Amino acid sequence: MKFIATLLLSTLLAYASGIYGDLPWFSFVITNLLVAIVLPQKPAAAFLSGAIGVGLLWAGLSIYMDISNNHILSTKVAQILPLGGSYQKLIFITVLVGFLLGGLASLTGSFIRNKKAAQ
Amino acid sequence: MRLLPFLASALVTTGLVVTLNTQLKLGATKSPKLGYFLSPQHGFWKNAENIHTNFDATILANDLKGDVDVTIDDRLVPHIYADNDLDAYYVQGYLHAKFRLWQMDFQTRVASGRLSEIAGADKLSIDRFFRRLGMVYGAEQTESYINENNPVMKATVDSYTAGVNAYINQLKPEDLPFEYKLMNYAPELWTPKKTYLFLMFMSYDLTGRSATTDLQLTNTRDYLGYDLFQKLYPNQQDSLDPIIPKGTEFAKPSIKPIKPGSADTAYLKMPASKKLFRYEESPEAPNKNNGSNNWAVSGSKTKSGRPILCSDPHLGLNLPSLWFEVQITTPTHSTYGASFPGSPAVIIGFNDSLAWGVTNAGRDVLDYYEVKFKDSTQNEYWYNGTWKNVTKRTEVIKVKDSADVIENISMSHWGPVMFDAFYQNQQSNGKNLAVKWTAHNTSTGVETFYKLNRAKNVSDYLQAISLWKCPGQNFVMATKTGNIAIKQQGDFVARWERQGDFIMPGEDSTYDWQGIIPGNENPMIMNPSRGFVSSANQKATDATYPYYLGTAASFPLYRGISVNQHLTPMTQITPEDMMALQTNNDNVFAAQARPALNRLIQMDLLSPQAKRMVTILNAWDLKNDENSKGITVFKLIWDSVESAVWSDELAGSKIPLTKPESFVLLEQICRDTNFTVADDIRTKDKVETLKDQVNVGIERATQQLISLEKENKLTWGSFKATRVVHLTKIPALSRLNLPIGGGVNIINATTENHGPSWRMVVHMTDEIEAYGLYPGGQSGNPGSPFYDNFVDYWAAGKYYRLLFLSKEKLKESERAKWHMQFKHA
Repeated sequence: MKFIATLLLSTLLAYASGIYGDLPWFSFVITNLLVAIVLPQKPAAAFLSGAIGVGLLWAGLSIYMDISNNHILSTKVAQILPLGGSYQKLIFITVLVGFLLGGLASLTGSFIRNKKAAQ
Repeated sequence: MRLLPFLASALVTTGLVVTLNTQLKLGATKSPKLGYFLSPQHGFWKNAENIHTNFDATILANDLKGDVDVTIDDRLVPHIYADNDLDAYYVQGYLHAKFRLWQMDFQTRVASGRLSEIAGADKLSIDRFFRRLGMVYGAEQTESYINENNPVMKATVDSYTAGVNAYINQLKPEDLPFEYKLMNYAPELWTPKKTYLFLMFMSYDLTGRSATTDLQLTNTRDYLGYDLFQKLYPNQQDSLDPIIPKGTEFAKPSIKPIKPGSADTAYLKMPASKKLFRYEESPEAPNKNNGSNNWAVSGSKTKSGRPILCSDPHLGLNLPSLWFEVQITTPTHSTYGASFPGSPAVIIGFNDSLAWGVTNAGRDVLDYYEVKFKDSTQNEYWYNGTWKNVTKRTEVIKVKDSADVIENISMSHWGPVMFDAFYQNQQSNGKNLAVKWTAHNTSTGVETFYKLNRAKNVSDYLQAISLWKCPGQNFVMATKTGNIAIKQQGDFVARWERQGDFIMPGEDSTYDWQGIIPGNENPMIMNPSRGFVSSANQKATDATYPYYLGTAASFPLYRGISVNQHLTPMTQITPEDMMALQTNNDNVFAAQARPALNRLIQMDLLSPQAKRMVTILNAWDLKNDENSKGITVFKLIWDSVESAVWSDELAGSKIPLTKPESFVLLEQICRDTNFTVADDIRTKDKVETLKDQVNVGIERATQQLISLEKENKLTWGSFKATRVVHLTKIPALSRLNLPIGGGVNIINATTENHGPSWRMVVHMTDEIEAYGLYPGGQSGNPGSPFYDNFVDYWAAGKYYRLLFLSKEKLKESERAKWHMQFKHA
């Protein structure tokens, strides 16, 4: 239950911090950290909830935008980056960045209150 | 708190954030900040435009005097309906920015020598070139002139600027154009000066080749000596079919430029310098093929009895395109055509009374003068017997991740001293060279287009173009009432023969310009008996025109011949006939060259493979069609024959020299096959004849042709591989290997990365019937379906019917898709 709650809260706050484009792109690192402090879990659970939380958000948004764009831009970017023009790989890399950073942020937060949470 | 795991985890997290927030090295360039770039709420995904985007919008703007209605059609062309002119230009600025902001910003950065600021020290040499050439200086001259003397143009450009900035100011960071995110910088506000800088860039693109060719010609003359130079780079063109038909009488000249007495020794045969210097790379000179076709046929030759006007400017083919289609309708005028993102008004187009188009005049308006400085401070220079003071112009070039570079440019009475002790390139050869260029003078170019947009008749047209100074253009015109005309207009220097083709002595006024030719003496014809007017960058007149037009290398011969050959017999012309002519692939150069070659080929001495190539050559239909193999064979054979004839004369120079124009060899072998220059001067024991060189050329070309054949690249389309390239040159954002024919000397002047950048056909019927397109799309966003949606159509030689309608009629059209309202707040 707590896992689902932290996961959804991560998603929600990451999304909210991104609505205001003036905030830096990595604002979700801070929000994930805070969520992990307020709702402490074991490190593995914290990592996964944060990772899946942001990963899902980034997957959902990029896949939605990519499909409604008919892959026009992703195909080009996947040649620049270079990923052989594969939009699937580009989505994978995008999600991986959100997943890893989201997870690491939550993991870091989990260590702050980890002793309490373990009891 | 578990300190160690916390620290470790925090370190990894921070490290990853920092890495993903840094531009990393990616080959020769830098990557975007990957975390930012990939973030779906900040980065490039936001530019992945929904293919069903609804462009409807209501925009509140307190700078507007009234309300403005914009209908956007199915090709994303905005039709602006405004209650007054200034509001219309405000909205044009807003829409240019909405669809083309990055391009506008980038092009003016190039023009003003500010690329290093975003791309780093790699671009410094390009920036220094443009700064020292006086690009910013010229734009400032125009700006201060207009601000002080021309309130209408000032208000127009100001209103346009306000519109651009209204868009920039409401732009959210996540909606920045794609390229900003890729290159990691942000747009800055537009200014009127940027508009003038952009127009300065067009002057450079269309007249700035002399900044390179004058140096090359000087070096070539010095290397060969003037007599041999004259043979290889003659000014005579036997087959010239000028813009103004031969036999037309010209008025007596009001200026008679006098060649200085010292010219033969001190100028034309100046002794060569042997110095060698450290030099800086210059940007590539503007494309030699920058040119265009335009023509108008009178009602006597058309099916409808009304004139048809055609214009297709040949420029570098880029994405986003230089052009943006727009309709502007206000109580004073209603105009449609191609506009420049960066400038108000329509540049090539038509209104409800008159249509106009332009081609480049090709006249030389940029000269170098060699300056002698008193000492290394470069504060004083020798002029008319005294040491004169320069003023110093300071230009600061900001460089990304590096210290500023300061240029202290000595300003002489000639103009900026571009080359001096602090700046040399491979061609400038250690000299101190000042640039004198008409583009440095104040220019009211915007006003010409402003007035053409509103022109109703011939006198409006003449009045509008009389203001035009640089770059000199051939303005073609047709009216609904049945008039057609063409006039070459600009500030042209009254030159004596060869004046300014080379670097000129600058120690006194002897070699100065002796005047600008008065506008009424510029070549013009109206309603000629042959029923058409045309231009294709050839010389405007034959030798009876009383002024020197410039070195023949600046004037391509064969496209003009082809246009006129086709137009002369045509009758009952329809717009479809004109489209077919704009996309015509006939090769009149080869039509002259192939029989000339055949007279020289010694078949029995050729290898079997070479014989086979000659057979392909002779079976060719003389058209540069996409699937033709004959043209590829012809081109390679011709090029290697030329190189066999010339390369021995030019070999051995430390500085690269220019190759003679193709017409020189062709006209020479048509005139006289005992051409002594044909001898390879490197072989002392043998005198090669032209016949020998032709066989040598064919054998060499055959080797290349066989390898092309193996790679399956013998067809013209695959050999030429036409591409439309993104301004950053990134292949993924470009369109490569387009299936299209054409080429140099062809009316369809499509080469590798150059060609008809906007094709327009306007039939002057009561309700104007117009067709057109450019190889690009209205949106500058690589993530938009409108980014390159005209490209395939363009390559196929097809046209769109242009919608030129009143507000009410357009709303009824099924091609009207979206509606934007600008409301006075």
